[in-house]
Amino acid sequence: MIDLGKYAFDVWLAYAVSLGLVGGLVVQTVLRARAVKRRLGEAEE
Amino acid sequence: MLTLLHRDLRLALRAGGGFGQALGFYLIVATLVPLGVGPDRATLAPTAPGILWLGALLACLLSLDRVFALDREDGTLDGLVPAPLPLEAAATAKAAAHWLTTALPLVVVAPGLGLLLSLPAQAMPWLAAALLAGTPALSWIGTFGAALTVGLKRGSLLLSLLVLPLYVPTLVFGADAVRRAAQGLDPAQPLLLTAAISLGCVALLPFATAAALRINLR
Amino acid sequence: MSLSDRIWAWANPRKFMALSGAILPWAWGLAALCLGVGLIWGFAFTPDDFRMGSSVKIIYVHVPTAFIAINAWFMMLLASLVWLVRRHHVSALAARAAAPVGLVMTVAALATGAIWGKPMWGTYWAWDPRLTSFLILALFYVGYIALWEAVESPDAAADLTSVLCLVGSVFAVLSRYAAQFWNQGLHQGASLSLDAEENVADVFWQPLVLTLVGFGALFVALVLQRTRTEIRVRRLHSLKARARAEAPA
Repeated sequence: MIDLGKYAFDVWLAYAVSLGLVGGLVVQTVLRARAVKRRLGEAEE
Repeated sequence: MLTLLHRDLRLALRAGGGFGQALGFYLIVATLVPLGVGPDRATLAPTAPGILWLGALLACLLSLDRVFALDREDGTLDGLVPAPLPLEAAATAKAAAHWLTTALPLVVVAPGLGLLLSLPAQAMPWLAAALLAGTPALSWIGTFGAALTVGLKRGSLLLSLLVLPLYVPTLVFGADAVRRAAQGLDPAQPLLLTAAISLGCVALLPFATAAALRINLR
Repeated sequence: MSLSDRIWAWANPRKFMALSGAILPWAWGLAALCLGVGLIWGFAFTPDDFRMGSSVKIIYVHVPTAFIAINAWFMMLLASLVWLVRRHHVSALAARAAAPVGLVMTVAALATGAIWGKPMWGTYWAWDPRLTSFLILALFYVGYIALWEAVESPDAAADLTSVLCLVGSVFAVLSRYAAQFWNQGLHQGASLSLDAEENVADVFWQPLVLTLVGFGALFVALVLQRTRTEIRVRRLHSLKARARAEAPA
């Protein structure tokens, strides 16, 4: 395990928050892209 | 253009035109703040410039959805687009009418409210000067925001959301001028910057306002 | 085909779909590779700074998100101008697609900045000019997105948001200078700002470049993907409108 010293909590928190936010955005983008693509496919038939 | 301005002024001054509502709002803000933060002069005096500016800004903001709403309801607005008067001039007239009926009265009563908030006496003329220099920016920016949201049914909250970030520079420089005057420093530099923002807004924003109106009315 | 023809070919929705479809996997891949390597490198294999200790590692998420937060707005400004001048729908939709990405990056930059600020400055939040301008930038994003959501007609929404983006850009720059001026007026000389570029040694610099590239690629991938979605939504709406028009009353 990496020793982050006394700032361990802050560093973990910063990585968790930013990756959580960006990850959420990526998931939302991909899910919405899939949903819209599927609906368009249905509508075009 | 003058005819339009004249008409707007008459409409605003007529009973039910909403003249004085912004003034009442400003008075209420200046009354409620001491009730909230306490009557201590040592707390009130340093915050007074900011509160007086914020109150004026919000009073302007609350009257913005009226700028085009009435004209849209009775069809005057649609008549303005093909009119020989350029839409930019009409936008200027609307903003000027808003300034004269809403902002100018605020400037006049502001020193009185400054007394309520124990603003130091030497800052009073600077308060009036800073508001006089800054409120045109508030009216012209607000008219632009009103033009953006004119077609929307429940646009007034959106209007605040769009306009308030645009008010940031005016608020910063305007309130700083009063704060410096209250602390006995030279307020000339922020005051000039406030005036510069106002002049820039008056000169350029009518073009953006007219563009937004054209989009919303086509 | 001249170079400018090639660039403007992007404006054709069909061509855009083909081109962006070809680029997307590469953009996602580059983003995953650079972010994976860069973040793990930065997190696990960089030494502690002699002054900031291990908290210096926050730089690898803080600086790239802030970088994207600002550049997303520039991209929206550019796309808005292209829409106003040349009326290419793809451009307007790309601006719309970039706004939520910019907002999330702004919030991430503010959050990581606050978390970093606590051990370094002893407070999560200070009204430092840089922090203040980022908060104001977030407000601009919120207003821009709200206007897109509120206007029903897609073309009117594209026009109105483009005008707002142009006017907003001027005021965002003004606000930035106002924030600097205002803060100077408050605490004379006491600079809380921690300049990211100063005293960044090579050990820290190399993974930082990698994460910057990674977040940049991620931004490209997200915007392309979201623009594709917006184009499909547009197509879906026009199909529905046509179906309604053809349906017997």
